[in-house]
This record gives sequence, structure tokens and C-alpha cells, in this order.
Amino acid sequence: MATILVIGEVTADGGLARISAEVATLARSVAEQAQGSVSGIVVATDPTAAAAELAGYLPAVTAIADPHAADQVAPQRVASAVLEATSTADYVLIGASPDGRDVAGILSALLGRGVLVNAVGVDWDDGPVVEMSAFGGKLITRSRFSGGTGIVTVRPNVVSAEPAAAAGTVTKASADAGADLPAVTVVDRVAEASAAAPIEEARIIVAGGRGVGSPDGFRIVEDLAEALGGAVGASRAAVDSGWIPYSQQIGQTGKIVKPKLYLALGISGAIQHKVGMQTAETIVAVNRDPDAPIAEFADLVVVGDLFAVGPAILAELRSRSG
Amino acid sequence: MLRIVVLIKPVPDPASAAERLTPDWRLDRTAAPPVINGNDEYALEAALKLVEAHGGEITVLTMAGHGATDVTRKALAMGATRGVIVTDDALAGSDAVSTAQVLAAALRELEYDLVLAGIDTSDGVGGVVHAAIATLLGLPYCSYAARIEPDLEARTVRVRRISPVGYDVLQAPMPALVAGTQALGEPRYPSLKGIMAARSKEVVTRSLADLGLADGSVGGAVSTTQVINARQPPPRAATRVVRGAPDEAAREVVDFLAERRLI
Repeated sequence: MATILVIGEVTADGGLARISAEVATLARSVAEQAQGSVSGIVVATDPTAAAAELAGYLPAVTAIADPHAADQVAPQRVASAVLEATSTADYVLIGASPDGRDVAGILSALLGRGVLVNAVGVDWDDGPVVEMSAFGGKLITRSRFSGGTGIVTVRPNVVSAEPAAAAGTVTKASADAGADLPAVTVVDRVAEASAAAPIEEARIIVAGGRGVGSPDGFRIVEDLAEALGGAVGASRAAVDSGWIPYSQQIGQTGKIVKPKLYLALGISGAIQHKVGMQTAETIVAVNRDPDAPIAEFADLVVVGDLFAVGPAILAELRSRSG
Repeated sequence: MLRIVVLIKPVPDPASAAERLTPDWRLDRTAAPPVINGNDEYALEAALKLVEAHGGEITVLTMAGHGATDVTRKALAMGATRGVIVTDDALAGSDAVSTAQVLAAALRELEYDLVLAGIDTSDGVGGVVHAAIATLLGLPYCSYAARIEPDLEARTVRVRRISPVGYDVLQAPMPALVAGTQALGEPRYPSLKGIMAARSKEVVTRSLADLGLADGSVGGAVSTTQVINARQPPPRAATRVVRGAPDEAAREVVDFLAERRLI
């Protein structure tokens, strides 16, 4: 009987990362198809809250309290603490977040297990069959593991998180270091004023590009994002101009996102940006140039000045939400 | 003096939009001209600036068949000191496990204070190989770097790691492996002088046997993953183009969002 383990990610405030609830939902459906078992594990200084949340999605969760989780960088601590649980599970599912990717890489080396990355879907056919989006969404590949074990990193927004019918049990465990990984000390944690929720997890993204023209120009992007309950994104041109931090950049050397709605303001949609967002479910663009590349793959394009159309959309949204 | 190894990977130029798979579902490396993976160029630029500030030398290490010479020459033209290319027919179709093992074996032959790499590659986008290499070599590992500041006297390195809310400042003893992002800074273009100088720089080629890796221990034959098939995603519906007065256009946009239950 196949066993599947979900490694949950804990946010700075001690809660469960949204992506981990999605991964757990996906893992539950895979385990059902496999007629196997699924469980979860979380590691934090105080894992109580995150473990309880994860147990809302999975029948059994192990909560590991790690005294060094705060003063050392997370992926090494997590990989070390989950090593034993991972080695006895057939397949591991983890979010394709920065920490998740690092944990997957470390576990892959420690256990010699294969990794299938950035899953956009996982089914079961005598083992996990993992769908991945390649070349910025040009192709969808289906892959499997050669042996009976493996690690899958899962993109955000692949499934909607759905709690299980009944909450699972939480078992406490200690962080008996499973692997002797070199320590990396966290000497400072800096929060930036502009920082927001991880943009990869956003269901709605309003993004600005070169056409926004200035840091002040981003006001309309931010206002629309707020009105739609979304996050603010940007193309590289806007980041290079210093109008918005790199953490919000979408594209080839930034984040790859898959929101339900991508509203692009003043973004031409060159290939380097397109590969980061073209799998969005709905793409709406406002651009002065009707021949901009984004007009070829957006669902709806408004040809016009974003500083006229943007405020008009904002007013219309506000009038309807009354 | 700082000794840095930068891991660089030749990838099909993403700007070509010509990437494709071979009939047996491997990346067709002849489909598009090879370029240095974008994030690796940021790591190389960071290495060049560090060596300008502290003195030292840069070795670029690549594991590849097609395109390895081209990207190594470009890195040397940008200012790297020498190149090491690991190439072997058995490496075609290597997975993340093999790639990490081979690069770790190549690194064991080199002396360094820092190993730098790009956070992920534009062809594979996995971002897991550098963590695996650090683990195999027992190196402290810092990822998502926006800034890298070595202290040669203390033999430590400080790294700004991008976090969901800002950044964390990490400190690790050297030698360490650091995976960097675009936030490290724009890579330079090779100068004509650099291109000329690159012609006489040392490039060493290593096979699996040279690295002491037994036949059949790494490479496509022992891949832990395999692609079963690939398909094109369903084409997007035709684009609806809206022109006209901003108020009318805005109503159409919001109607459209409401139809799709996005508001």
C-alpha cells in the first residue's frame, strides 16, 4: 500500500502556508486513487497551530518542535527533522515555494530520490503521474518515477484547498536531527514596507509594466489590486526601473504565477514575461499598442491609456460593490 | 583573495521561443541557440564584482554536451578565469539526482571559498539541484540571494535571502554554496578586450571516468524520472479586443470579470 507524506510549510506567524493546504488536498486525492495512506508533517519552533491546520486536511499529522527553527535557516532544519519520516514514505509532496524547493533538493541528495518539479496536476497510475508545464506553458508533460519512490514539488493554485470531512490527529515528536547538515545562522529578519503575501499564491494579480511610467504610476495598479482583493505584480522593466521590488517580478527570472485573473497594465507581454504568467486562467490587458504581444494571448484587451481606463475600471468596480 | 566557482548551464535561448522536445521526450538542445541560463549570469556577475573587490579567481563549471563551449567562452569573455566542462555521452537525459552527483564530483577536484549558481534554470525551472549539491558536499547552503558579502578574515559569508516579507540575513562559514537571483544585479556584456582574452584562457574537459564516476552510476540510464508523453495545452480562446471611451471599456471589462465570476 502506497504511503504519501505531505511536508507542510509554516509561515512567519506560525500558521500553515496556504500552498501546504493545497498540497494536502491534492495528496488526499492521490492517496484515494492509490488506495494508499496519506499523512503530514510540520516543523517549527512551535508547530502547534500549523499542525492543527494541516490536520484539517489530512488524517494524521506529526508536529515537530525544533528549538533551532528560528535562529537557523528553515529548509535545512526542516529537511533534517523530516528525514526519517520521508525515508519511510513512498512519495513526498511539498509546495514548490522557495523553502519547498530547497527541502526537496536536500532530501533528494540525502535519500537519492528523484524529484518531479512544479507539478500542475498529479494522478495515480501504479505510481504518481505528474503533469508539468514546460517552456512557459507551451507544453504539458506527464512524467513518472522510475522506482517506487520520489519527491514532487507542487505549484501554487493547482487545486483549491478543501478540508477533509473529519479533522485528523496530531502527534508530537522531537527534532532528533536526522541529518548533520551544516548550520546557516539567521542573524537578522528584515520586513520591508512594500512586502505583501507571496505573489505566487495570489488568486488575482494586477501587474504593471513599462507603461506605468513611474513609482507614482503604480498607484492605480495598487488600487485595482486592492479593489479586486489581489496582489501587485510587475514586469522586469518596472523592477529594473526601481518602481517596485524584485519580489513582485513575474517572468523568466522572477516568479511563475498561475492566478485565476491576471490584469496587466502597460505590459507588452514579451516572451520573458509571458513564460511567467501565460497559464493564468483569465488574462485581461490594458495597453495603448494594439499590436503588443500580449494582445495575441490575452482573453480580453482594452486598447487605450491605462491612466484613463484603469481609474474607470476602479470606479466601475466600486460602483458595483456599492 | 577569493576563489569562486560559478555553475553555469547552457539553455535554449528562451527569447527564441523555439524550445521543443525530442521524439523520446528529452529537451532538444539543437532547437534553439544555447545561451547562459539567465539566473546563472546574475551569479557570474556577482562573482566578477566580488573578485574585483577582494581579488581572486573564478572558475566556471558546466555539465553539458551541446552548447557547453559557447557558454563557457562567453563566461570567460565576461571575465571568468578558467572553465571546466564535464561532458560524456552517458550524461544525456540526466535527472536532478545525477546532475547533482556529477557536479559535486567535479567540485571535489576544485578549490574554492564560494560556489555560486542561479536559483533555477529557464529550461528545467526545478531549482532543486544546487541544494542537492551542497548537501552531497556538506557545504553550508544559502538560497534566493539578493546580496553576497564574504568576510575573508573571518572566513564567513553573509547572504541576504529573499523572504516572503522582505529578506533574512544569513551567515555561514566558507566554503559555502550560494544560489542567487536577478536581485544580485545586471550582468555585464563582454568587452572586445574580454572576448580576445577569452581565446587564450584555460578550458578543461572532464569525462565521468576522469571524475571517478563508474559507468552506469549516473546519467540517463539510471534516471529516477521519466517523461511519459507531452501535449500542447488547449489553445486559448480568441482575444476579445475592446476599444472606445474609457467608461464604456471599463464596463465591458467589469462585465467580463463578472461573467467569469472573478468579482
